[in-house]
Amino acid sequence: MQQFDIRACEARISISVPVFVCYVPAGFPSPADDYLDHPLDFNELLIAHPAATFAVRVAGDSMTGAGIYAGDIAVVDRAVTAIDGSIVLVILDGEFTIKRYRCRARGRGVWLEAANPAYPPMPITEDRAFEVWGVVRYAIRRL
Amino acid sequence: MENLIALVDCNNFYASCERLFQPRLRDRPVVVLSNNDGCVIARSNEAKALGIGMGDPWHLNKDKFDRHGVVVRSSNYTLYGDISARVVTVLRGFTPELEVYSIDEAFLSFEGFADPMAHARKLRGTVLQWTGIPVSVGIAPTKTLAKVANRLAKKGEGRDGVFMLTHQHEQIAALEKLDLTDLWGVAGRLAKRLAELGIHTPLQLRDADPGILRQRLGVVVQRLALELRGTPCHEMALSVPDNKTILASRSFGRAVTERSEFEESVASHIARAAEKLRRQKLTAGAVMVFAQTNQFRTQDRQYSASRTIALPVASADTLVLTNAALRAAGCIWREGFRYKKAGITLLELGSASKVQGDLWTPADTPRQRALMQAMDRINAEHGRDTMRLAVSGVKRGWTLRSEQRSQRYTTSWNELLSVD
Repeated sequence: MQQFDIRACEARISISVPVFVCYVPAGFPSPADDYLDHPLDFNELLIAHPAATFAVRVAGDSMTGAGIYAGDIAVVDRAVTAIDGSIVLVILDGEFTIKRYRCRARGRGVWLEAANPAYPPMPITEDRAFEVWGVVRYAIRRL
Repeated sequence: MENLIALVDCNNFYASCERLFQPRLRDRPVVVLSNNDGCVIARSNEAKALGIGMGDPWHLNKDKFDRHGVVVRSSNYTLYGDISARVVTVLRGFTPELEVYSIDEAFLSFEGFADPMAHARKLRGTVLQWTGIPVSVGIAPTKTLAKVANRLAKKGEGRDGVFMLTHQHEQIAALEKLDLTDLWGVAGRLAKRLAELGIHTPLQLRDADPGILRQRLGVVVQRLALELRGTPCHEMALSVPDNKTILASRSFGRAVTERSEFEESVASHIARAAEKLRRQKLTAGAVMVFAQTNQFRTQDRQYSASRTIALPVASADTLVLTNAALRAAGCIWREGFRYKKAGITLLELGSASKVQGDLWTPADTPRQRALMQAMDRINAEHGRDTMRLAVSGVKRGWTLRSEQRSQRYTTSWNELLSVD
């Protein structure tokens, strides 16, 4: 089988050209060629669903036990469905808040937990206006 | 099954965008005002129920709005544009062919789906979950009928905000419920001309002789009638056509009488438009500048003018474009008028990679391009207008009035929603 050694050449004008990292056998392209090396992209890491992902600024200390502090940017994904234990951004009686979502099987109750002993759990009763806005996937914080 | 087209339309789009981040607005009447806080351009259902009309001037209705607890918002196009793009992204997952029709509407090809109703309901649920925006879906064999179906879906026909008009008898029953002016593309004037031909209802239009319609009112009306019968005449325009021009214009927050303020505004419009130009990897071959006074202030002397200046070589450089625009601005400026509005249009757009310099004027040099790149990056990271030409002004007395604009929740790090 014929083989070509494809090398990067110096670009005189600034156009970004991807560099292949393996030999290319003529005839049958290697599946690995699909994986071009490219710089790490933090969007790729932090955002699974771009159309459904929103950033919000954290205020307050109710979730410090979960590693979420005032001033953090929380990455919220609306495409993800909350399950027992998810950290969620919810609207409770017209106010946004971030808490841990807890639910028991067969509809035997939903409640919200803070990750800070100073805040008691909040049962979600039928008389409260409650909506899960999205699931918090990451907290971004400058150290 | 014949080819079907779905029209997806966001319900009260601007109001829905405002409510997404402000849950307190949910059960209250909300209106959004036009540029400069002039008049009502969007209403929530509650606001519609109060009899607030599109185009109602805000300053004449302040008392009424206060009395009914109407929440008033200045238009926040940055937010609406971002949410609109998100909705379109989700919609693209539901069809191979999509045409964006406006900021809150898109036509989708529904060809070949076994159960279009179920597909539409899933689409609607996904858009609502992912973006928070409620939409209505109308499905029919033609765009015009899809518009009709959508209108009826909004009025609660069909199920879960989805309404389909596939069969003749359904289409006829639907058209019986509408007036001529409810149809896509029929305004009062055309309705009058149709009435002269004895056509007073959508159904009469549908059944009129296409030949006569064409002869008396032109091909557009003939097509409209054919579309009402289920014969597609409007193809899907699949790719958004290349922008042939880029336009930036605004009303001033107050009348402008100083030349320096006018020039600042022109330069700042150029900066905005040039950034857009570079983002699309385009160059402009000409710059048009216009200015006008407020024609509704009959007590004022009126003036309006525009001037286009062609560039020797197409460019995407803010400095080059600003120079040209200011020359044009100098040509049209007249002392002694109260200017209401100014704007610029970038014309003769071409691909940046195809520009050739001429003997006397080189194309944008790598140095120029690098400077523009750096400027765009700084402005992207630190906010609009962090780096700009001094001529576009430091004080900016003329900036648009938008006193009750909500935060730019999705496009500015400094304006994120804050959550306890």
